[in-house]
Amino acid sequence: MTPRPVRGPVRRPWRLAAEATALLTAAVVAFPLYWMVLSAFRPAEEIESTRPRPWTSSPSLDSFRRVLRQHEFGRYFVNSLVVAVSVVVASALIAFLAATAVTRFRFRFRTTLLIMFLVAQMVPVEALTIPLFFLMRDFGQLNTLGALILPHIAFSLPFAIWMLRGFVKAVPESLEEAAYLDGASRARFLWQILLPLVLPGLVATSVFSFISAWNDFLFAKSFIISDTSQSTLPMALLVFYKPDEPDWGGVMAASTVMTVPVLVFFVLVQRRLVSGLGGAVKD
Amino acid sequence: MTRLTDAAPPPERGGPTTTAGRPRVTRPGRTTASVPASGKSARPYAPAPERPRRWPRPRGGWTPWLYLAPALLVLGGLLVYPVYQLGLMSVLHYTQAQVSGGEPTSFRGLANYTELFADDQFWQVLLATVGFAAACVLSTLAVGCALAVLLTRVRAVPRLALMLAALGAWATPTVTGSTVWLFLFDPDFGPVDRLLGLGDFSWTYGRYSAFLLVLLEVVWCSFPFVMVTVYAGIRAVPGEVLEAAALDGASQWRIWRSVLAPALGPILVIVTVQSVIWDFKVFTQIYVMTDGGGIAGQNLVLNVYAYQKAFASSQYSLGSAIGVVTLLILLAVTLGYLRLLRRQGEEL
Repeated sequence: MTPRPVRGPVRRPWRLAAEATALLTAAVVAFPLYWMVLSAFRPAEEIESTRPRPWTSSPSLDSFRRVLRQHEFGRYFVNSLVVAVSVVVASALIAFLAATAVTRFRFRFRTTLLIMFLVAQMVPVEALTIPLFFLMRDFGQLNTLGALILPHIAFSLPFAIWMLRGFVKAVPESLEEAAYLDGASRARFLWQILLPLVLPGLVATSVFSFISAWNDFLFAKSFIISDTSQSTLPMALLVFYKPDEPDWGGVMAASTVMTVPVLVFFVLVQRRLVSGLGGAVKD
Repeated sequence: MTRLTDAAPPPERGGPTTTAGRPRVTRPGRTTASVPASGKSARPYAPAPERPRRWPRPRGGWTPWLYLAPALLVLGGLLVYPVYQLGLMSVLHYTQAQVSGGEPTSFRGLANYTELFADDQFWQVLLATVGFAAACVLSTLAVGCALAVLLTRVRAVPRLALMLAALGAWATPTVTGSTVWLFLFDPDFGPVDRLLGLGDFSWTYGRYSAFLLVLLEVVWCSFPFVMVTVYAGIRAVPGEVLEAAALDGASQWRIWRSVLAPALGPILVIVTVQSVIWDFKVFTQIYVMTDGGGIAGQNLVLNVYAYQKAFASSQYSLGSAIGVVTLLILLAVTLGYLRLLRRQGEEL
């Protein structure tokens, strides 16, 4: 299907050894996820067994029931989804416009801006929690989803712009000239020609902003302090995880519910992600 | 106006007009200004002076700024301004009393920093952060690169299996990954201690074993980025080039050194820098897996330390000072990266 990149004959025993290693590594890498799903379906007495076995004889939905019944779990799920989707859509659009500006126009301070976007990627989000806390408080955004959405848009933007740049650059300029000659307006070119062409890049960048938003733990912990109805999944998960006496069944069921949508998303965009990264690094 | 500035000799760009501190960062612009980005069509015309220099991009006037406006607005308000606030807070006396308005804020100058630098724990945390990040980066890169090469050596089915497993680890939310790994290594119910015959050894009790456990989780969830990116980079090397090299009788080693390594160089720089940044900022894993920094703070890293100072003990100025230190360290990494880019002649 795809040509093997490092060519030269790989001798058969070596290839078989390499394939065995690959499969074994895949198993090791996947094991934590397997164990998570397995434990989520285990009845309590099996989880509490000191001789854990890699299978279950009597799958049970108890843990899921406990998780879904408690603490408005569904609401947290929706909150997380709202946050992640808003961040993905907003940062994709904003980054697309910005990436177009810095690649398809020449203007004063263009290089300065590019370097600033690069530097902005390095700003430790975590260190900004303190000033952002006060900023969100002053704008009355504490305890709202806005306090999670807005900073995440800002933090995913620099990387998204930096990554999209390569894709926008790859669109030949002759295409742009042709579009104008054919009477297309600049807006038309932007949305109807350029946007579809850089879609693979948008998918790849979306993956990164989706992960950063869906993973967010620090902001959810710091900015949603009193109104738990605005909480997101990571906090809901930690309800079941108490360092002294964790409810492992609940933790694993909640983890499963939290991980599966992302997994589905990843598998759906898998091809585009890999080709997207390829496109971004080829440059 | 735009045309005028663009056509001006490169060294004049961004020279005297920029404010203090900027000239260093604008310097790479000098190299790029002479060869305009994506200026494939501009270069052939350059030696023909009778023709006015054709810039590949429309001037646009205000249009680029219009496109940039949303990004600049968001970044200015939610990134630049908070950075400024962080710096400001680090030189103020800012605790719960000031937050609630009970006492006026007062200027402390560098007193917060001297207080911080006089604290043994700060140096210990700084050392732990650097050591931990270095270990994470090296392990992640080693695993990621090794597996990327492995991927190129196997047929479709094992490759898909490894790719999917890696994507799974990559997709796993950080909090989830942290709790799952804790469960795997749980002294009572986890399978790892059983498998290794460790009895009821508690990984989170000891300082180094706790760091090791977090490191394993960090490597698990971050090697996929390295693996996929490096793999994509190897695949981006055109097959014909490799075949030609092989036909010319180049050895595998020679192909690696002369064809693949130069092509992979920039990619390796990218993934290394990204890893440094990510691993230096690890927060969630440490916070969740060691319950806020380990027993007596033995597993604290700078971020968690700053968080604890600010939000657990309301010493916002000290927390901000730690944040500034983190920021400066990462800035130094970034500047090093920029210099590398410049040396490679990368156009911006």
